[in-house]
Amino acid sequence: MNGYGGNILRINLTTGEMNIQPLPEEMAKEWIGQRGFIAKTLWDELKPGIDTLGPENKLVMSTGPLAGTLVPAGGKVSFGAKSPATGIYGESCMGGHIAAEMKYAGYDMIIIEGAAARPSYLYIKDDQVEIREASHLWGKGAIQAEKTLKDELGEDFQICTIGPAGEKLVKFACISHDFGRQAGRTGMGTVMGSKNIKAIAICGSNSIPLADMTAAIAKGKEMLKGCFAKENLEEWQDYGTAGVPVWANKIGAFPTKNFQSSYLEGNESLDGKIMRDKMVVTDKGCFGCPSPCGKYCFVKPYNVYTEGPEYETTALIGGNCVFTDIEQVGYLNYLCDELGLDTISAGNVIGFAMECYEKGILNQEQAGMELKFGDVASFKYLVEKIAAKEGIGSILAEGVKYAAEQFGGESIKFAIQIKGLEWSGYESRSAPSNMLAYMTCDLGAHHSRAWSVTHDIAVGRKVLEGKAQKVIDLQHIRPFFDLIGCCRLQWVEIGFELEHYPEVFRYITGFQYTQDDLMKISEKVWNLTRAFAWRELEDYGRKYDYPPARFYEETVTTGPNAGDVLSKEALEFLLDDYYKLRGWDQNGLPTREKLEQMGLEFVVRELEAYGRNLS
Amino acid sequence: MRIALNEARCSGCRTCQVICSLHNYTENNPKKAAVKIIGHFPSPGRYEIKICDQCGVCAAVCPAEAIGEEDGIYIIDKEKCTGCGECVEACPSGAMLQHPAEKAPIKCVACGQCAELCQRGAIYDADTREVQ
Repeated sequence: MNGYGGNILRINLTTGEMNIQPLPEEMAKEWIGQRGFIAKTLWDELKPGIDTLGPENKLVMSTGPLAGTLVPAGGKVSFGAKSPATGIYGESCMGGHIAAEMKYAGYDMIIIEGAAARPSYLYIKDDQVEIREASHLWGKGAIQAEKTLKDELGEDFQICTIGPAGEKLVKFACISHDFGRQAGRTGMGTVMGSKNIKAIAICGSNSIPLADMTAAIAKGKEMLKGCFAKENLEEWQDYGTAGVPVWANKIGAFPTKNFQSSYLEGNESLDGKIMRDKMVVTDKGCFGCPSPCGKYCFVKPYNVYTEGPEYETTALIGGNCVFTDIEQVGYLNYLCDELGLDTISAGNVIGFAMECYEKGILNQEQAGMELKFGDVASFKYLVEKIAAKEGIGSILAEGVKYAAEQFGGESIKFAIQIKGLEWSGYESRSAPSNMLAYMTCDLGAHHSRAWSVTHDIAVGRKVLEGKAQKVIDLQHIRPFFDLIGCCRLQWVEIGFELEHYPEVFRYITGFQYTQDDLMKISEKVWNLTRAFAWRELEDYGRKYDYPPARFYEETVTTGPNAGDVLSKEALEFLLDDYYKLRGWDQNGLPTREKLEQMGLEFVVRELEAYGRNLS
Repeated sequence: MRIALNEARCSGCRTCQVICSLHNYTENNPKKAAVKIIGHFPSPGRYEIKICDQCGVCAAVCPAEAIGEEDGIYIIDKEKCTGCGECVEACPSGAMLQHPAEKAPIKCVACGQCAELCQRGAIYDADTREVQ
């Protein structure tokens, strides 16, 4: 099928059975790929109520039709499963080269079922698929394990791995690839660990068929050159997301001291320019990327190599745990990467523990040592305890929400999460649309689906009207890139125009979709993942969409937005507006009419079968 | 067209491989590209580019006399090539590759497509561009 690897690979680790089935054309037409395929597969194949770490859960790896082609940055792959962090739909995407490789091997989706009896890795060379022994990799750091396998199998293999944290089932373990790219969120590395799978190694030698070869080449070149010509390309390439922390601080959005503030004193020394001077060894791009943002670093004082720190890491480890030395952040980034921990959740959980200690909710005996903001030894101690699930780490490894429930006191008010997923890098009391984006993200408090701080600045940071519509539009556009297998950063960061994508999509797949058609499919997936959460949790709805009390009860402590708070009334206004515009009921649940309008009749039937009352 | 390298500028994106296979084989398949990118990670953290420098050793060792020279570019005659692989082994740059679906090895013909799409200047045309 044009644009596709053409097959679905299914591996049952319990029985050792595997099969390769052609990708149905209907599936491609209706769900496009990647996140669309994952959402549909998890909906169809997972029974509600299953143990996220049991063999009944499935880990689904999928990419989209533009991946591996000449379209700029077609190197994105997503992993999905019922999330051990949230108990609802989970998914995380990453760049690197393995998305393209799986298509050359002939696969658009790999469905991993059951659990292996002992540590194993998946070896996939075109249609040769094996479950191989991995005892020599077990216990190794995520990066070291990748290096070991690369040496064994050769440069032509693309490999993703988990670290010790994934093996130990820490709830925010990530999947790592290409020596520094991570699918970090919602515990996808945890699910991989629960299946006893240390790594997935793929090598493909096949071609991707294209519907109109001549037009696809011409358009691909035009798009690449369009990106090359963008004015801010050079600056973006020099600093990547490391250029963002100083800006985020200036506008008062930089998570600081467990989100007490949005402004970090001394943040200038985290700047990308300083990082480049002190640490960057090479610029590192993902597959097909015209604007490589990866900054591969050597952190001299600690004698370690690491990719990044990226913005999110600098925000959650730097700002949130109060480190203003970029080399310290680089070192702590390295620790998380080798242990296989999501730096967003790790920085959030550790910042929370530091605040609990400061407030006397945790004492030295419970914590195992004195915990201090800005103290490398405290961070190192906690992150290693978490990865090993020892002492205080065994509680923190379950995520910030669980930890707050254990520690008690007022700590739940400053456990910065939604739906059980730790908050990513933007403090949003002074950015209502961005707050709403976090509140309504289908995964929990994550920025991948919509990010709209600049919209709040442009139209007024106190304004509430119109914000919901902006969030909805973004929740269709940004995750659209996670349907097609492409990075969104060319569009987000260097201003590359969206209208190129439907056109090149036609040349590659032959499917005659307009931009509106593609956005409708993106909206359909949005409704499906919301329904997934409702199928799992009978009481799902509005009450799952609120941020922690810190954001509506406490004011920002310092910086340009000191004194700001987003009242509960404002939150209610935003949610009311959002649900109405989405065609959902007042409790934030998709209505029968909306689901039918989206072509999701099968969802209506299934929800009713589980006793959900649709309005 | 004189292909030159500045490896320090390579970001490992492999766009060069995609366009190479599209242009020379009319296939979207980087495994059929005449340029190879090798990452050296986690240390020292750099990319290596393997591409033909048109030295002619392949032509000299070819038992079938299937490799001819034209304006300094060595080109494999796919009709004459027996697929014996002697040239691949002899290539001092390690820049000739074999693919299971192709009898003749894959070799750069200096078409310059890779240089055209390497905005980083890691692969560039030394006749028209300064080192970046």
